[in-house]
Amino acid sequence: MPVNGKVVAAYGNMVTASFDESVRQNEVAYILTADGSRLKSEVIRVRGNLCNAQVFEDTEGIKVGDHVEFTGDLLIVELGPGLLKQIYDGLQNPLPKLAERTGLFLKRGIYIESLDRSVKWDFTPEAKVGDQIQAGDILGWVPEGKFKHQIFVPFSFIGRAEIVKMAEPGSYTVEETVAEVRDEFGKTTALNMFQRWPIKIPLRHYEERLLPVDPLVTGCRIVDSFYPVAKGGTACIPGPFGSGKTVLQQLISRYADVDIIIVAACGERAGEVVETLREFPHLQDPYSEGRTLIERTVIICNTSSMPVAAREASIYTAITIGEYYRQMGLHVLLLADSTSRWAQALREMSGRLEEIPGEEAFPAYLQSRIAEFYERACCVRLKSGKIGSVSVIGTVSPAGGNFEEPVTQGTLAVVGAFHGLTWARSNARRFPAIDPLISWSKYLEQMAEKLDKIAPDWVAKIKAAQKIIFEGNEVRKRMDVVGEEGTSLADFILTLKAEFLDAVYLQQNAFDKVDAYNTMERQAYSFDKVFNLMHKEIKAKDKDDARNIFFRLTSLFKNWNSSVWESDDFKRFEGQINSFIAG
Amino acid sequence: MRQIITKIDEITGNIATLKSAGVGLKELAVIESPGRTTLGQVISLNGENVTLQVFGGTKGLSTKDQVRFLGHPMRVKYGESLLGRIFNGSGVPIDGGPEPVEEDIPIGGPSFNPANRIIPKQMIRTNIPMIDLFNSLVVSQKLPIFSIPGEPYNQLLARVGMQAEADIIILGAMGLKFDDFTFFRRTFDASGVMNRVIMFVHLASDPVVECLLVPDMALAAAERFAEAGKRVLVLLTDMTNFADSMKEISISMEQIPSNRGYPGDLYSQLASRYEKAVDIGGMGSITILAVTTMPGDDVTHPIPDNTGYITEGQFYLRHGVIDPFGSLSRLKQNVVSKVTRKDHNDIMNTMIRLYSDCRESRNKIAMGFKVSRWDETLLAYGDDFQKEMMDLNVNMSIEAALDKCWEILAKHFEPMQTGLKDQLVAEFWPKK
Ligand SMILES: Nc1ncnc2c1ncn2[C@@H]1O[C@H](COP(=O)(O)OP(=O)(O)OP(=O)(O)O)[C@@H](O)[C@H]1O
Ligand SMILES: [Mg+2]
Repeated sequence: MPVNGKVVAAYGNMVTASFDESVRQNEVAYILTADGSRLKSEVIRVRGNLCNAQVFEDTEGIKVGDHVEFTGDLLIVELGPGLLKQIYDGLQNPLPKLAERTGLFLKRGIYIESLDRSVKWDFTPEAKVGDQIQAGDILGWVPEGKFKHQIFVPFSFIGRAEIVKMAEPGSYTVEETVAEVRDEFGKTTALNMFQRWPIKIPLRHYEERLLPVDPLVTGCRIVDSFYPVAKGGTACIPGPFGSGKTVLQQLISRYADVDIIIVAACGERAGEVVETLREFPHLQDPYSEGRTLIERTVIICNTSSMPVAAREASIYTAITIGEYYRQMGLHVLLLADSTSRWAQALREMSGRLEEIPGEEAFPAYLQSRIAEFYERACCVRLKSGKIGSVSVIGTVSPAGGNFEEPVTQGTLAVVGAFHGLTWARSNARRFPAIDPLISWSKYLEQMAEKLDKIAPDWVAKIKAAQKIIFEGNEVRKRMDVVGEEGTSLADFILTLKAEFLDAVYLQQNAFDKVDAYNTMERQAYSFDKVFNLMHKEIKAKDKDDARNIFFRLTSLFKNWNSSVWESDDFKRFEGQINSFIAG
Repeated sequence: MRQIITKIDEITGNIATLKSAGVGLKELAVIESPGRTTLGQVISLNGENVTLQVFGGTKGLSTKDQVRFLGHPMRVKYGESLLGRIFNGSGVPIDGGPEPVEEDIPIGGPSFNPANRIIPKQMIRTNIPMIDLFNSLVVSQKLPIFSIPGEPYNQLLARVGMQAEADIIILGAMGLKFDDFTFFRRTFDASGVMNRVIMFVHLASDPVVECLLVPDMALAAAERFAEAGKRVLVLLTDMTNFADSMKEISISMEQIPSNRGYPGDLYSQLASRYEKAVDIGGMGSITILAVTTMPGDDVTHPIPDNTGYITEGQFYLRHGVIDPFGSLSRLKQNVVSKVTRKDHNDIMNTMIRLYSDCRESRNKIAMGFKVSRWDETLLAYGDDFQKEMMDLNVNMSIEAALDKCWEILAKHFEPMQTGLKDQLVAEFWPKK
């Protein structure tokens, strides 16, 4: 029986409602407007017999006295086969289906089942009659693309039960019963292939949380080599507008060596999602011959002109889907662009609730919300013994490009890696514009053991290379004051070395088919060559001569970078590099 | 007949509060004072208290003025007969013509479903080389013109309006000076495009917050035309006035500002307008070019900053020219050398790189360093580049501009010095 209520006040996307009986914090309520719409909302504060709800839709026409229907359910997502390839809004409505229903424009108050009820899946049972089960146990699996999509006893299942009936292998829709279980009180429950889970509560059905120690290869040299990310780890990419956050995330979404990518377009441009949406069905999955990228991707798209409250939810929708696939022993990467828009959604709501504001009017709990969210990234050992992970890489859009603002600072306090983009680099077209002087990654140490398998002394060498960048910068700064004349040849060569390392290794051409992405093997190979040069004595007559040597080297390396791995060109340029170094 | 309220309880800033039942959020009200009528919109409800944002401003408003609720939110007229017409910030004709008898359509409608979007791949020619050649405008793009007050941004906007390939031009003006208004009118009349122009003009002398409806009216009409297959170009000037009006309202509402007095939802408010830009595959399109004057020439000011995070690049108008360095069309890669000539991409990059080198040479001179032969070459090149390309009076097709670029390069450089690919040089380098 739903609890009923009435609108007593409304402002922006916030409604205050009275209710009879009781309501639950974060439960879903529908507001029934005069034009017949049912507008979804979420209770975000309860005070006496009044509660505040954030409405996930345009609130036009809401009147005092409008009926409110409290569902008693928290905001949930549907989990089951068929999530991959989907394009959902922040509340998990499939956008292509909405388009079929409502045409060119979105229409408020229309909600569509997230998982297609008519698709049949080939179910293979793994559990059998008589098995004792509990929440999160595996009943069987269906093929979804290249994955064995496991069918679980719902994570919300309470207590233990015994399987009394098990479906034969065959094809079933997500709603058809695949198992019947009876609990200790004799109550039987029919289980099908999908379940619901509240998005704001982390899925914790694992045996143990592990320290992330395996590298997540993105294909981007400055990330993987210098400031790496771990599987199950977190990273943030702050940067002013136009510095290349989205392009970097798009690259990572194509090349990252994980099983599943979740793209959360959170309050950014619709046009950018469209590139992913239109291109992924045609792009080859680099890790799976004959399959396209879309087959490993879920897109959550709540762009900037879509309702703000749903934007707040979209991040949670995305990570919950990630946690679900993690339960299958898969490695998931969530790319969130941009977490600042999510934080702004919190701010808008906090303002309407007239909460005491913190810095830049963000709510005082901003930091803890950010922490809670990133903490959902993790690497876990499951009951089955398999390892699964959810990694999160989020962009941050700091006001005025100033990293001192609350969202950037709040994020830096909790993430494991920081890839800071600056205008200084992007305006100089040094892409990816990750500034090596300010970025860092805790995973370089944390994953040292694994990283040193890439090449002997990998971590030590990377640190030495980082040092060269810093030293080169110091000399450069001095040189800006005293001029080239006042700089010794040795110091001058140091700046050239740092510049060379930056130009041929840290910078990468996103629009070059080959250079856009490097395997770890190739990174190690080319790093070795660059690194050796760093420690080689450069015999130059004078500064111009030194400059020319590095000019030539840079050009050779750039050509080498854009040659297909181990191709004839690759070998030819490598030969030229070797003989140049030798001669 | 809707209820008429005859008592306003409270008037602060641009906000009026009164008691009424049965009104909805965003509903429109007409406030009638003796000798004056203004529109108000419901922005908050609390029990029987209704808060109205008063577009005409509250100056002279009396507690006993009559308030009539219309039962619907703001609308705008839509139809072919709007072409050539001029309306004010409340949608009332100000060109002396009759009230159009056309369909009323809602404004500020829902968002275009992202799943229906396509990747835009058509260029809009403007015959301004700094746009077409160096930062091509693409159908459905949203681009601001960042400018300091005093720059000829309205002239630039008018020229784009006259010359761009578009079926319909909708001008939304906020806080427009009367002189500029006259300028737009005359320019559109004189160039014979007025019959495909619609203007929504909020003048600098009008009540400040009355400009708030302008972008929504312009974009609502644009959306309908686009659905009807028209390529619509929406020109907005000046979005800074729009944002400042939002600031006024939010302060009257006692909202806690986020940054320099601007409301926390500035980003979402601007985005919901700019995101109306769209290419409806197989139908029409909306492209938005919007002036944003930067207070204090500071791009980190909340208005340009939030705008930059929303738009697909930006043009910087500085010293009367489109600055080739900060300006960027993020969609240009969709069209450059794909729908344009094959030398476009390389010429674009080479010309800018050399101009950037020229700037370094100029710095050298400024700092009193010795200049080399190479510096001199660059300086001469830079002068030509400014004169032949950057000057806003230059008016030529992109093909002519590309040819001109080759000519300039050949005048100052040997092919090798430009770093252009041999293949292109062989085909395009002017024969002596
Ligand atoms: N790796 C790259 N290689 C070449 N060009 C790049 C690269 N990254 C970014 N760019 C250029 O910079 C532009 C802006 O990049 P991007 O859209 O990623 O910025 P952003 O940081 O996401 O900005 P916003 O905060 O406004 O969304 C791109 O359109 C492209 O022209
Ligand atoms: Mg971006």
